[in-house]
Amino acid sequence: MARLQIRNLEKVYSNSFKAVHGISLDVDDGEFMVLVGPSGCAKSTTLRMIAGLETITGGEIRIGDRIVNNLAPGQRGVSMVFQNYALYPHMKVRSNLAFGLKLKRRPKPEIEDATEAVANTLEIDPLLDRLPKQLSGGQAQRVAVGRALIKKPDVFLFDEPLSNLDAKLRASMRVRITDLHKRLKREGQSSTVVYVTHDQTEAMTMGDRICVMKDGCIMQVADPVTLYNRPENAFVAGFIGSPEMNLMEGALAVNGGVNIGLAGQMLTFGEDVGSRLGMRGGDVLLGVRPQHLRIATNDEENALEGHVSHIEFMGHEVYLYVDVGDIRIVVVVPSEQYHPEDIRDDRIRLVPRETAVHIFDRETGRNVSLSANA
Amino acid sequence: MAEEITVRATTAELASARALAEGRRMHAISSAVRYALLAGVGFLMLYPLIWLIGASFKTNSEIFANPGFIPSEPTLTGYIEGWRTSTPYTFATFFWNTFLIILPKTIGTAISCAAVAYGFARFEFPGKRILFATLIATLLLPNVVTRIPQYLLFRDLGWLDSFLPLWVPSAFAGDAFFVFMLIQFLRAIPRDMEEAARVDGANTLQTLIYIVVPMLAPALISVCLFQFMWTMNDFLGPLIYLSSVDKYPISLALKLSIDTTEAFQWNRILAMSVLALVPALTVFFLAQKYFIEGISTGGVKG
Ligand SMILES: Nc1ncnc2c1ncn2[C@@H]1O[C@H](COP(=O)(O)OP(=O)(O)OP(=O)(O)O)[C@@H](O)[C@H]1O
Ligand SMILES: [Mg+2]
Repeated sequence: MARLQIRNLEKVYSNSFKAVHGISLDVDDGEFMVLVGPSGCAKSTTLRMIAGLETITGGEIRIGDRIVNNLAPGQRGVSMVFQNYALYPHMKVRSNLAFGLKLKRRPKPEIEDATEAVANTLEIDPLLDRLPKQLSGGQAQRVAVGRALIKKPDVFLFDEPLSNLDAKLRASMRVRITDLHKRLKREGQSSTVVYVTHDQTEAMTMGDRICVMKDGCIMQVADPVTLYNRPENAFVAGFIGSPEMNLMEGALAVNGGVNIGLAGQMLTFGEDVGSRLGMRGGDVLLGVRPQHLRIATNDEENALEGHVSHIEFMGHEVYLYVDVGDIRIVVVVPSEQYHPEDIRDDRIRLVPRETAVHIFDRETGRNVSLSANA
Repeated sequence: MAEEITVRATTAELASARALAEGRRMHAISSAVRYALLAGVGFLMLYPLIWLIGASFKTNSEIFANPGFIPSEPTLTGYIEGWRTSTPYTFATFFWNTFLIILPKTIGTAISCAAVAYGFARFEFPGKRILFATLIATLLLPNVVTRIPQYLLFRDLGWLDSFLPLWVPSAFAGDAFFVFMLIQFLRAIPRDMEEAARVDGANTLQTLIYIVVPMLAPALISVCLFQFMWTMNDFLGPLIYLSSVDKYPISLALKLSIDTTEAFQWNRILAMSVLALVPALTVFFLAQKYFIEGISTGGVKG
């Protein structure tokens, strides 16, 4: 049973590069927290500080009710699964699993029982007498998970554990890990997880909550649905969702309706956007997801006119790449709603769904269209 | 039409089978030539060794009379008399002395070099750069330069005419080459395993013993083998520090038989040389696999 609390955590590397800028994050007991962000945003650094593999240069980490800043990794009650498995190459799978318990001088029968139990859970019993080099990638990763599991730690740490596996295996391991987490939780074992990935599919499908990071700062912490529907800033909006949200530079003016001028055209939104808008005018980014744009019927007004540059047929949906002035946007249309005759001379008119429109302050990147709708 | 195609196909198959057989024969001939050449050169290189072994079974008068290596009347007198030596001690004493030097030296080298290399390769500490530079500098320093100061040092310690000067420096990682070799080897090994061990609860020493040393094993075995062979062959060290005959190792004892006999008993010297080769050769062949692995991985990856 342990809650992980991070307060104003900072990391300055020995070359005086500041990798982590005072982040604070709470992970509840039994929660599956995903750290996600582009390469180099200090996900691994943060995780390694929690594990104790990297010194903490500022702030505080608590696991349960202990401050662990100055504890050795082995005393923090954490287990870690590494990206490249990091199995001990000279030990059989069995000894790899048992190593942590042996160091703790647990009695032999207990170690054997625990090994059996973990091997059962992860279906690696037939592999117990093999050496790591005799395992496939997926098997090695299961052993690595087993090695973390056997210690019954307070907090599990995963650093991109699936990124060395092929797409199919990754999907099945994803399910396996979430199932395992649910099972631990059901059985009342401690099951707090911090899981690092740069893959947003993993983040969205696995996390109870997701912490989006950028350049050593936290951009937003929320559950997947909130993150998708109510991104707090343009970075999160662009990072979560596929294809990416369209972010179009424009000028906002509120007089009666909400008017946004972009690429020489004018879009007007009504009460729905107006009521939640926290900004009266200025430079903005208009954010609309590709799925929230539809092709206008002939007589419809208040649409963006653009020029279709190319079309990708994906099976169940169609991606249209449209140039509006010099802004390139993507539109996703379900296949059954796509009629090539709607596009005449490569011209197309698009209507954004008003309830799903986001407006970001271009200077701060903050989402100014969230406020009243909380 | 169909038949025609089959016929054509068979001719094509025949032709390709013939080409294949031809290729195989060429290959066989060229390997035969290559092996003959290699065997010839190999024999040339090994000839002194073969001659040595053959000559050790000859009588003293036959050694220089007969250039071939097969003795005309094989005899063991060389071995029997050589073993007895012209001193009050048998060669067993000298073998034992060598063993007493080699054992602590090899073990000490393995332990101390692994620890020092681990420190250099994995930890940051103040003065690391300077210390490492010093280590490399001692690698480049000619041995002769330090002979006299070392001698004076050991004299003041009262260690002259004992085995201590011969093995104690090595047991404190005095052989920079070995430390350097292990550092290069360690640098090629990712740190993840050690980090995993630390998360598993191992302290620094446990990580070293349970994780690093096993991964370092091939390199450590090479270190032990090198140290073993070099110590076997070391002549100058014992010559400088040992004065009593009862402490002589094999390398000095071989020279002893040359010194004390007016007419050199070559067959004895040769017989004892053959015996002196035996331990080194045995150890080498037993550990050959690790030895080669250690040198190549250490060299290539470093
Ligand atoms: N030992 C180090 N010394 C100096 N800077 C470092 C060190 N390790 C990492 N960094 C820097 O800290 C930043 C964060 O690195 P980190 O490895 O945490 O990124 P990450 O989010 O895990 O990226 P990725 O997704 O590529 O694994 C990077 O800019 C990196 O260059
Ligand atoms: Mg990383």
